[in-house]
Amino acid sequence: MRKSRLLYVPFWVTYIFLYTPIVVLVAMSFNAGKSPYNFEGLSLKWYGKLAGNATVREGLVNTLIVAAGSTVLATVLGTLLAVGLARHSRSRLLDGLGVLPAILPDLVLAIGLLVFYSTVKVTLGLHSVLLAHTVFGMAFVTAVVRTRLTHSDTSLEEASRDLGGTPVTTFVRITLPQLMPGITAGALLAFTLSIDEFVIAFFTAAPATPTLPIVIYSMVRFGVTPEINALATLLLAVSFTVVIVAQRMTRLTESLS
Amino acid sequence: MTRSTVSGATAKSRSRRSRVLGRLAFLGPGLTYLIVLLLIPLALVLSYAFFRRGRFGGVIYELTGENFTRLFDPLYLDVLLGSLKLATAATLIALLFGYPTAYLIARLPAKWKTIALIAIVLPFWTNFLIRIYAWIVLLSGPGLVNTLLGKLGLGPFEFLYNDGAIVTGLIYSYLPLMVLPLYAAIEKLDPQLHEASANLGAKPARTFVSVTLPLTLPGVITGCMFVFVPSFGNFVIPELLGGGRSIMVGNLIRDQFLTARDWPFGATLAMALIAVLIVLLLLQSWSARRA
Repeated sequence: MRKSRLLYVPFWVTYIFLYTPIVVLVAMSFNAGKSPYNFEGLSLKWYGKLAGNATVREGLVNTLIVAAGSTVLATVLGTLLAVGLARHSRSRLLDGLGVLPAILPDLVLAIGLLVFYSTVKVTLGLHSVLLAHTVFGMAFVTAVVRTRLTHSDTSLEEASRDLGGTPVTTFVRITLPQLMPGITAGALLAFTLSIDEFVIAFFTAAPATPTLPIVIYSMVRFGVTPEINALATLLLAVSFTVVIVAQRMTRLTESLS
Repeated sequence: MTRSTVSGATAKSRSRRSRVLGRLAFLGPGLTYLIVLLLIPLALVLSYAFFRRGRFGGVIYELTGENFTRLFDPLYLDVLLGSLKLATAATLIALLFGYPTAYLIARLPAKWKTIALIAIVLPFWTNFLIRIYAWIVLLSGPGLVNTLLGKLGLGPFEFLYNDGAIVTGLIYSYLPLMVLPLYAAIEKLDPQLHEASANLGAKPARTFVSVTLPLTLPGVITGCMFVFVPSFGNFVIPELLGGGRSIMVGNLIRDQFLTARDWPFGATLAMALIAVLIVLLLLQSWSARRA
């Protein structure tokens, strides 16, 4: 048992390493001073400044439009594809194609889409980002729903067909309700990944319609400002809430073991 | 008799038709989408690698191998090897800390296990750029680390804009991707194996090397892939923490596409990146089959 005590060193180092930057950001967001490094008393002024920042607001709206649109598209396409791959195909090649966007480096997907858009002369804008985000969102929905399908019982679907159910009724009344937790988890994943996605948006967005990560990128490049701390804290609060709610709903960690 | 055969035949053809229709309805939309917005773009990038660049950007559709010979120019070869080095360093350090962490999480009581796992994933769920920004605040000249060191009478040091800062940023960004597959692999281990090994007289270190490590090797390799792949092609972390020099292959690709307007060479670099990743994927599947 003495040996395992030694293991606690890297264990705690890992957690301290993970949370120190976050704690510092949150603390600094309430800093009254202008310096991003020295704490000079409590204040909410950076939140006020942030609320008045039109670029951030527009970026947020763009991000939400892209995330909502690509999530809907990815969820519909991904769910259909997952059912198709599990029930109507035995091709490992198609299986591989379904997960390819998730394992492909985002930079490669990004330049591929940029080249494609320029070849077919699609103007860049929110629609080009939305279509791009659907590609990887779909891969995650397909993967999650497929996992659920392999664990689900096919006898109900067979019974429905034997009783004269058409493929459509069987899908809508039997398969879909069984898949709902998987579809919800997949959609949540696609939504949060789209909100956070930077590299693909960086290549496929028009300069006039940046998403929030692109706005953050230019803020960070421009220099360190406490306004980012306030934004970071708000985003942390939102994503922490979403992860904890999602964990309650889908028991993500249980599916790991 | 005849009637029933006829209706049987139509029923059969009807069921075959509905099978084909079902296949089309389920597989059609998704596969079409992936062909148009994934395979065609990838094929375009691949084909660009074989064309000549235009004098003012753009592509001249004339076959050439010059992009590939340029890849072996020491200037670009250094960048490729440098990316390999930094991504490998990040992967190994993440493994060094990730393994004991995953091991202890797997041994925690159920309630704490969930909390510890969520605590690993949570930072990963916040914006990637903000996590990098946090390190700028911590490491920069007047930053918090230097302030603390100054109180001890040390420094100030320049922690930013070097390879160490890049590796730190890479580890911070992808550490959860190392811990999760390791956790999944360690969790599956039968604790009786440890008892058996101990009963047979093996010291804990021996048990780890001969029992635990080999059995969790697929998890180790998956975790290493999950950290290495996004690290290798990254361009944001080298830019923000490495001082903006073109030091990793991701920066080089980004510059070829957005600044130099040399799309054919950018495409060739992307191909090199994919080639390295394919080699790694083959290694992974080979080791998974052996395990």
